[in-house]
Amino acid sequence: MSDIWNQSLKLFISLKLTIVLLALSMVLIFAATLDQVNLGIWAVQEKYFRTFIVLWDIRGIPVPVFPGGYFIGGLLLTNLLVSHIYRFKLSWRKSGIFLIHIGLIVLLIGELLTGIMQREFQMRLDEGETKNYSESFLHNELAIVDITDPEWSDVVAIPERRLAKGDALQHAQLPFQVIARAYFPNASVEMRERMEPEAATASAPMMATQGTGTQIGVIPMAMTYKPNERNLPAAYVELLGPEGTLGTWLVTPMLRAPQSFNFQGRTFQISLRFTRQYKPYSITLLEFSHDRYPGTEIPKNFSSRIRLTEPEASVDREVLIYMNNPLRHDGLTFYQAGFDNNDTTSILQIVRNPGWLLPYVSCILMTAGLLLQFGFHLLGFVSKRRKAATAAADALPATAR
Amino acid sequence: MKRFLPLVALALGILYLASSLRPADNPSDFDVNEFGQLPVLINGRIKPMDTVARTTLLMIQSRQRVMTEEGDPLTPVEWLLDTLYNAPKADTHPVFRIDSLEVLELMEIDEEKRRIRYDSTFARGMAIMGFLPSSRSRFAFNELQPRMTELQRQAELAEPIEAAVRTPYQRAVVSLMQHLVVYHRLKHSLVMPERENFFGDLTRFQDIIVPGIAAVRAREAGENFNEAAAVAVLESARLFDFMNNVGSLLAIPPDATNSDDTAWEKTGGSLLASFETGFVNPNAMAYAGLGFAWRQGHHEEFNTILGLYRDQIAKRFDRHLTKSNAEVRFNQAAPFYTSMNLYVLAFLLGAFSWLRWPDILARSAFYLMALAWVATTAGIVMRMWLEGRPPVTNFYSSALFVGWGAVGLCLVLERIYKNGVGSVTAGMIGFCALLIAHHLSLSGDTLEMMRAVLDSNFWLATHVIVITIGYSATFLAGFLGIVYILRGLFTRSLDRDTSDSLNRMVYGIVCFATLFSLVGTILGGIWADQSWGRFWGWDPKENGALLIVIWNAIILHARWGGLVRTRGLMTLAIGGNIITAWSWFGTNMLGVGLHSYGFMDAAFWWLTAFVASQLFIMSLAAIPLNRWRSFRTPA
Repeated sequence: MSDIWNQSLKLFISLKLTIVLLALSMVLIFAATLDQVNLGIWAVQEKYFRTFIVLWDIRGIPVPVFPGGYFIGGLLLTNLLVSHIYRFKLSWRKSGIFLIHIGLIVLLIGELLTGIMQREFQMRLDEGETKNYSESFLHNELAIVDITDPEWSDVVAIPERRLAKGDALQHAQLPFQVIARAYFPNASVEMRERMEPEAATASAPMMATQGTGTQIGVIPMAMTYKPNERNLPAAYVELLGPEGTLGTWLVTPMLRAPQSFNFQGRTFQISLRFTRQYKPYSITLLEFSHDRYPGTEIPKNFSSRIRLTEPEASVDREVLIYMNNPLRHDGLTFYQAGFDNNDTTSILQIVRNPGWLLPYVSCILMTAGLLLQFGFHLLGFVSKRRKAATAAADALPATAR
Repeated sequence: MKRFLPLVALALGILYLASSLRPADNPSDFDVNEFGQLPVLINGRIKPMDTVARTTLLMIQSRQRVMTEEGDPLTPVEWLLDTLYNAPKADTHPVFRIDSLEVLELMEIDEEKRRIRYDSTFARGMAIMGFLPSSRSRFAFNELQPRMTELQRQAELAEPIEAAVRTPYQRAVVSLMQHLVVYHRLKHSLVMPERENFFGDLTRFQDIIVPGIAAVRAREAGENFNEAAAVAVLESARLFDFMNNVGSLLAIPPDATNSDDTAWEKTGGSLLASFETGFVNPNAMAYAGLGFAWRQGHHEEFNTILGLYRDQIAKRFDRHLTKSNAEVRFNQAAPFYTSMNLYVLAFLLGAFSWLRWPDILARSAFYLMALAWVATTAGIVMRMWLEGRPPVTNFYSSALFVGWGAVGLCLVLERIYKNGVGSVTAGMIGFCALLIAHHLSLSGDTLEMMRAVLDSNFWLATHVIVITIGYSATFLAGFLGIVYILRGLFTRSLDRDTSDSLNRMVYGIVCFATLFSLVGTILGGIWADQSWGRFWGWDPKENGALLIVIWNAIILHARWGGLVRTRGLMTLAIGGNIITAWSWFGTNMLGVGLHSYGFMDAAFWWLTAFVASQLFIMSLAAIPLNRWRSFRTPA
């Protein structure tokens, strides 16, 4: 027993393991960089780094090909921790190395936290518009909103991936079941009457019996992974009441307005929209500006002047968000990410990253460690050379004599 | 006597450097240099005409020197003057470089048309042996003119295709078209090239503005009007509008009523404004006058108008004139070119010092290297002053800085070890870095405006500098590794002392590289957190920087763990060259991510060749030590 323990301990504290893991991590990072051309930055993070095993799709079968980021990172972390416990003896001369490694541990833990907890959202605002929610730029949700009471609306949001599965969904607040009859992860839509013949043949079979969807054709498209494009899904959703079907609706974020219907004396709205996150505060875009260098189209600066209001926290102020100067509020970072509609729409990116402080701590630890470590080396080197020089100087007259 | 030889080398070097600082003489009676100093606004920066001429020439024909049809040399500014003012002549200057055989075929330029005919038998002989070029690669506008419509059609076909996936032919077509557009826009910047005497046109226009406008108004109101005057002003308006749309230089400074120093205008625009003011903008008139004098060959008139115009704008733009004069001197001195030559010399002397006269040659090499480094430093500082920015702002300047940083470290190494290794390595890296920089400068003015997110001097001065020094150091370690392997394998000069000192050098430099690349990478993360709210995004450039850090960490751990000795250390250090080249250039070739600000296609093959050469040298290291000339046991 103790033999196995000793052997595995030996493995975990060995410098060779460190080197092997570092080399593996280089391969992983390099492959992930190359794959960004195909998959885009988000999918790559999920596929290579935020996973234990990298799976490659070979003819539809996911084949494990390489240890993933969590695997390598986890082993590196173990290797570091165990080595420090069992092998390292803290001394002045080793203090630099110790600090570097502690910094590295903090950095790895920080990245793990970020991987688990970081969320990114967007907020698209036209000039003059006010919003109290942000939207995901990756995910969508099926929203069924009870708007019977003009003062109050009851929202039931069903994540897109539940639609993809196609099973019947029953929610306690809804008097009917929701069944996705067809789901297209990326699609385009067109009015049926104006469709070209080729588009008509490419379009999916029409299932809608209710709402505007009856006049619209859906053309399924391949998923896109480009960083500046997003997939726009579409689905045919049937609502099934106790006495039979209410009808089938076409839902997609490409339809601007939600579709309304009445059931059991209540009014509902149904829509497939970008997943929303409601905030206790609201943001109004007062003005967006896009400065260029004189006589050119080269952008000099993008900025959004916004009003941030949160009555309950007594916040009501104007903020200028511009390049390299985001707004930090409510544990979120709002930064200027893009613009649209002839410079009248501003796109803010919103990031929540609770582990954001750890890299700073790590940075300080590692820099201090590196300076200490290499400082010792340099001192040692200089004194050695000085000794050598004195020795040479002493030796010289002797031979000259 | 021997002790003074290195000093003689230093003196000669200084003399060479000083000779490049001498102001250039005017090639003719025209004060061309003075014209070269006139400031204009283009691409967002106020710069001298001289820079416009040089960067345009570098872009369209990959060199600054122009040879006329008759074989006479032209200075860049003379070429610019012809282009701006004497279109019929400019159209005969062969300045459009075409390398693609397919494009040459498209333009119907066959081998016969390309062949260079030498008069002397000697030159013909040299051409046959390949010492002189036997065919031309630069062509005049007139030679391209007949097939312009077809070229346009081809360019329109190619342009909608994403730059990254164009075929070499499409790329060549698009780039030739772009060069022709640049030329066309320059031609319409100051005068209307089709008009024989634009200055005369403007003087006549001055006389008819007021009656002409009255005539147009009368016609609109349905009253009696002077038809000739109305037609003349409308025709002028059409010309000016065309110039305003097509011309590229913003040459006319803002007038006294406009307090914005950057509100420069195109000539066309300022002439259109005469319909409101009732008189022709005097600056536009001065430029037209210069054109008339240039075209007619009246140098006295030219110089007089030039002097008057300059005095006129000096009142308000004195500061800009000082800068643009300095920039012209900087262009003429070409410190990076001078340094390149000095680096080659330092390399040769240093390498030779391992065979003969080690002290004298090594010391001379050290002096020349230091001199080249001083010249590069001066050049970089000058660029910083002109741009008002930290040293590294784009790909071009990163190449300058990588070379500068590595040579700086070499100076320290050579001071300590005095064995020529530092000079030889400095010569190699300095030369390569400046050569890369030269090729990067072919895409246009290297003092560019910073795109929005990069517009932060604080982060440019910290993250970018530190990470670039990290590149320098990693490259330096790799090149020292190359010196070790090639010297040990092919010469007998690698004795135990040198081997030990190389080992210590590489180790020290790898430590230095780890420090800088790690700190630089983390600073980059902090910049990202400050501006985007996230520390790390797995962007290609970020990953590239991380790879360098990890590689250096591997080298250090492998050495500490006793897994590698000198030879292994050198091999790993050369591997660092590959990683750094990938991080520096390769990641940008992917064309994705937040850092893909410098997409280049031709460089891809160079990168591949570089990686292959490094792998080859690494494989050489695997040859058993007893086969190495330096370590071979005497038979």
